[in-house]
Amino acid sequence: MNKKQKKALARILLAATVMAALSFLPVSGAIRLALFLVPYWIIGYDILKKAGKGILNRQVFDENFLMAVATIGAILLGEYTEGVAVMLFYQIGELFQSYAIGKSRKNISELMDIRPDYAVVEQNGSVKQVNPDEVETGSILIVSPGEKIPIDGVVIEGSSTLNTSALTGESLPREAAEGDEVISGCINMTGVLRIRTTKEFGESTVSKILDLVENASSRKSRSENFISRFARVYTPAVCYSALALAILPPLASLCFFNIPPQWGMWVYRALTFLVISCPCALVISIPLSFFAGIGGAGKAGVLVKGSNYLEALASVKYVVFDKTGTMTQGVFEVNGIHHNKIPEEELLRTAALAEMYSAHPISKSLKKAYGKELDKSRVSDVEEIGGNGVTAKVDGKAAAIGNGRLMERLGIAYQDCSQAGTVVHIAVEGSYMGHILISDRLKPNAKEAIAQLKKSGIENLVMLTGDSRTAAAYTADELGIRNVYSELLPADKVAKTEELLLQKGEKGKLAFVGDGINDAPVLSRADIGIAMGALGSDAAIEAADVVLMDDDPLKIPKAIRIAKKCIRIVYENIYFAIGIKLLCLLLGAFGIANMWLAIFADVGVMVIAVLNAIRALFVKNL
Amino acid sequence: MKKTYKIEVDCANCANKMEEAAGNTPGVKTASVNFMALKMTVEFLEGVTPGNVMQEVLKNCKRVEDDCEIFF
Repeated sequence: MNKKQKKALARILLAATVMAALSFLPVSGAIRLALFLVPYWIIGYDILKKAGKGILNRQVFDENFLMAVATIGAILLGEYTEGVAVMLFYQIGELFQSYAIGKSRKNISELMDIRPDYAVVEQNGSVKQVNPDEVETGSILIVSPGEKIPIDGVVIEGSSTLNTSALTGESLPREAAEGDEVISGCINMTGVLRIRTTKEFGESTVSKILDLVENASSRKSRSENFISRFARVYTPAVCYSALALAILPPLASLCFFNIPPQWGMWVYRALTFLVISCPCALVISIPLSFFAGIGGAGKAGVLVKGSNYLEALASVKYVVFDKTGTMTQGVFEVNGIHHNKIPEEELLRTAALAEMYSAHPISKSLKKAYGKELDKSRVSDVEEIGGNGVTAKVDGKAAAIGNGRLMERLGIAYQDCSQAGTVVHIAVEGSYMGHILISDRLKPNAKEAIAQLKKSGIENLVMLTGDSRTAAAYTADELGIRNVYSELLPADKVAKTEELLLQKGEKGKLAFVGDGINDAPVLSRADIGIAMGALGSDAAIEAADVVLMDDDPLKIPKAIRIAKKCIRIVYENIYFAIGIKLLCLLLGAFGIANMWLAIFADVGVMVIAVLNAIRALFVKNL
Repeated sequence: MKKTYKIEVDCANCANKMEEAAGNTPGVKTASVNFMALKMTVEFLEGVTPGNVMQEVLKNCKRVEDDCEIFF
């Protein structure tokens, strides 16, 4: 508890004790009033002051004003105990609210406790501890076991095991050795690492993630906007109804029915209205639920960029996947060489040489399969044709390495492969030399992830891929996805996604899941773009709305379940709080509810709604 | 131009009122208050000096909620 809260608690205890003592005193009349004003002043002086200032600033309908009018009114009616009690409970509610929010603020910032406090820089042989902000790109850092890696970089000496759980929610440690890229925010567990930084602190993964999380709840959801609008109308509406309730029924009974007006009773009922009219429970619990939901998701390694995306994620009906790197490991292996007119070794060498400069996963696997040093002088005139392949001069001969489209484009007859996988055709000097079959492996949890998505009510699962029809069909069959579109260029993926967006109707949302490397246009076109394996990929963090920190496909259904839980809590709170308040207003108007029930409607509902909202933080067993 | 400021305010409804008051200040294009993170993000119109505008924003916020603070 902070100082303010301690002071509030002291005032509450003091006022409660004084009030309890007074109710046993056998005094009446003016002395009794004077005595009750003591606890009233102790507990309510700041509210009265604020209400006065509110009137001066022409901001009449705030809760201070409401509480002041309700309690002063009760005291004027001779209901001293109730007047003081309303103020007392109101203050208890405020204290609880401020305590609960402070606590959850702290909880959530602890969850994201990845900010490094310092960096140890090596300079001219001596080491020095500095603020991470001051470290220039290219500096050498020393990270000892138990310390956080402060800035992204490359290991230049040493090897160790890294704990990435604060970033990914994944407890499995990663190995890091010389030459490996390491990401800030990981905790170094076993050995000392010397790291050359490749970025400034502000551009490092840690800063980007923190920035993203801290700004997440600034993007407001529809429910939050609804509640702000509701609160704006609700309070004045209830106040005017209170005024009407105090004046109209007595006047009516006086003028039309010729019965005594009973002013006191109607004014008491009107004051009950005022106590119920504070919209606090709603206004606090909705953003708190979203804040807790986003925090909980962050803990599980799912970064959500805003409350609006969490809301959209809960109503996802279509999930569209990229194949390579999303559902499969994206680690290609050469699995066979078929129909070759030249020796296998030579075919592989030609392909590896031509693809020498490409960073595409396919080229990497070709180079890996060849396994020998590549002589740069043997290759010239390299030209990459996006979505097709590569043409180059290898040993002075024109070589074409690529898919069926490339062969068709060059007018070369080729033979397709009967097995599933990516087929790389090779032609030299215009004649077909054979093909290499490269296949990918499914991620271990991919199948389970698809099954869970189906179970959680996703209507349509679609896979989009640039891969060949056979490879796509094979993977889809393995996963249990029926809708597959293969051999798509990046632009085709956008077009297909737009088609699906039209098809799915208004209500449900469409989520696209990709590995973020070349999916940026689709990620931003879909209702929700989910990028996975984003650790270290800035492009993915930028383009996506939801970022999965590691590349486990099980995080997709988990993210949807977290969102659904959060939204369920939000709706529970909306219906519960509005429902109880309307019920109490109704009971109050007919005189069934007294001021005590009104206090429950105000403070009790708020306490319950806040406690319920905090539940959104717990996502572990989802 | 968009800037984020740290704020201090006690209740969620007051934060909503601050958001409205800040948004209605001349020179401000949009304002968004994040009660949970205690931050106010203000998007300024072209050609205004944020410092001057923020003084007005603070004045307007104080009018709707006496007990608030913006650090700029």
